Amino acid sequence: MNLVWTWLSEPSHYLGSDGILARSWQHLGYMVLTLLIAATVAIPLGLWIGHTGRGRIVVVNAVNGMRSLPTLGLLFIAVLLMGPRIPGDLAFLAPSIFVLVVLAVPPILAGTYSGVDEVDPAARDAARGMGMTSWQVLFGVELPGALPLIFSGLRSAALQVVATATIAATVSIGGLGRFLIDGLAVRDYGQMAGGALLVGVLALLLDGAFSLVQRLSVSPGLSAPEASSRNNQDSTATITT
Amino acid sequence: MIVLEDVQKRFPDGTVAVGGLSLTAPDGRITVLVGPSGCGKTTSLRMINRMIEPTGGSITVNGQDVAAMNPNELRRGMGYVIQHAGLFPHRSVIDNVATVPVLLGTKKSVARRQAMELLERVGLEPALAQRYPNQLSGGQQQRVGVARALAADPPVMLMDEPFSAVDPVVREQLQDEFLRLQSELGKTIVFVTHDIDEAIKLGDQVAVLRVGGTLAQVASPADLLADPVDDFVADFLGKDRGYRGLGFQATPQLPLREEVTVPIGSSKEQALRLAAGQRWILALDDQRRPLGWVEPEHLRDEVVPTMLHRGGTVASTEGSLRNALDAALSSPSRRGVIVDAAGRFVGTVVAAEVLSAVEVARADS
Repeated sequence: MNLVWTWLSEPSHYLGSDGILARSWQHLGYMVLTLLIAATVAIPLGLWIGHTGRGRIVVVNAVNGMRSLPTLGLLFIAVLLMGPRIPGDLAFLAPSIFVLVVLAVPPILAGTYSGVDEVDPAARDAARGMGMTSWQVLFGVELPGALPLIFSGLRSAALQVVATATIAATVSIGGLGRFLIDGLAVRDYGQMAGGALLVGVLALLLDGAFSLVQRLSVSPGLSAPEASSRNNQDSTATITT
Repeated sequence: MIVLEDVQKRFPDGTVAVGGLSLTAPDGRITVLVGPSGCGKTTSLRMINRMIEPTGGSITVNGQDVAAMNPNELRRGMGYVIQHAGLFPHRSVIDNVATVPVLLGTKKSVARRQAMELLERVGLEPALAQRYPNQLSGGQQQRVGVARALAADPPVMLMDEPFSAVDPVVREQLQDEFLRLQSELGKTIVFVTHDIDEAIKLGDQVAVLRVGGTLAQVASPADLLADPVDDFVADFLGKDRGYRGLGFQATPQLPLREEVTVPIGSSKEQALRLAAGQRWILALDDQRRPLGWVEPEHLRDEVVPTMLHRGGTVASTEGSLRNALDAALSSPSRRGVIVDAAGRFVGTVVAAEVLSAVEVARADS
């Protein structure tokens, strides 16, 4: 603990292009980018599956398959395959983001389609019977009803990404993972543990932010399942992979 | 007027849900579709608003072929009430009710104001308007469902077992209020139920369907009870048809008897004096409404509510012969209590007199 505290309390560690603030900012940037891309893919796809009931088995299996992929292995393959085709810094950034997106899509997708799926069939039947169009049923009944589980999926994805984004450092890009890699290289355990702690703090802040947005956007008529953070892997555990 | 002509529904797997149903639901009346499960009653209902597309025959609403209409526009012109209400959990009660008017382009503030009036109409407290469906009881949810279906004031209402998911006491309340509402609104209603008692109670006309979706008989409840067309209908109607049929015969002028009455709160001596040897006398409140029978001999001191025999039912001069007969049969004194429209005691009848009134009514018809 002392080592960590010494490292964290040294003001010079916070500034500069490889300081804590810049690294945290980078880390957050990867995450936001990853979640944006993943949500753009997963939410519409999940809504479509839930609404039409089509493609369900295919997607469930694909999602489970994706969950079992070893992240680090996937990262190296992605860098090897994509890296040479992409110029400059992007050569490492793009494969990293790609891998994180692969990690983030399954929980969001599963949350979205099971959210739509769990909408009361009677409500859906009534909506159609009152003359709502298919789109009105989707956006007026199914999407609002699915929001609690969509948020669950997003929070779950965010926690996994915030933890796993540290491995981006292994292919020599930034983020809080640098403190882990660099600390290991010079046996500076204070730096390593400090970095890990920062990842944890970032994860908590992010989950808090999501919970706030969720509270504001989900109807009080839907008792939101108190889910996400509990059925997730512990963030610090993932860092050691 | 809704007209079904030789309507059929065969599902892709070959099962026939509805095998050629012809039926007319007249304007301003309640037409009940009733039958055992698998008789295609719900399927038939859902073909009227094209939630299910028929595979044969035609359905017209006021002369217009529904198959030629845009399904969503068709549905917006028909109220739709289903078994589990199907309220939108994320919308407040008032916004649930305002759904269809808003779909039709009414301004939200106007639609909400109308929704408030409707909530009152179906017997809900205004305070419930801002609640969410999961904060309501089943009966309250069903009322909101009815209000929502009425919101755009559609001439036609389709109701699919709307009261089957609530407990019997609440169901009876909902049925009574539904009849009261209908007497004010005069909608053209098609109502599906599996409960023959509900069908008899609510229907202006009752269509009994057989398994396989064909019509066994369509008639007014009284005619159905009096003259079932075959064994299937007779069995489905159940026992006590003659007795239940009396429920549709208005009470004629019955020979009412004078009765010894005692005001509640009187002393035992007073009661004994009034009774003058009679075993049972009738206790009334200060508005002359009957409270129950009392045996003066068994009184301790005063005529108090706990000493009253409450087994007897009370019939109204406005009620049916069935009520009058039941009042006589259930009374401990064997004399049935009859009240006027305001609930004030007017006299008693004995069963034999009610039965001879039944015979007279039958001979006249």
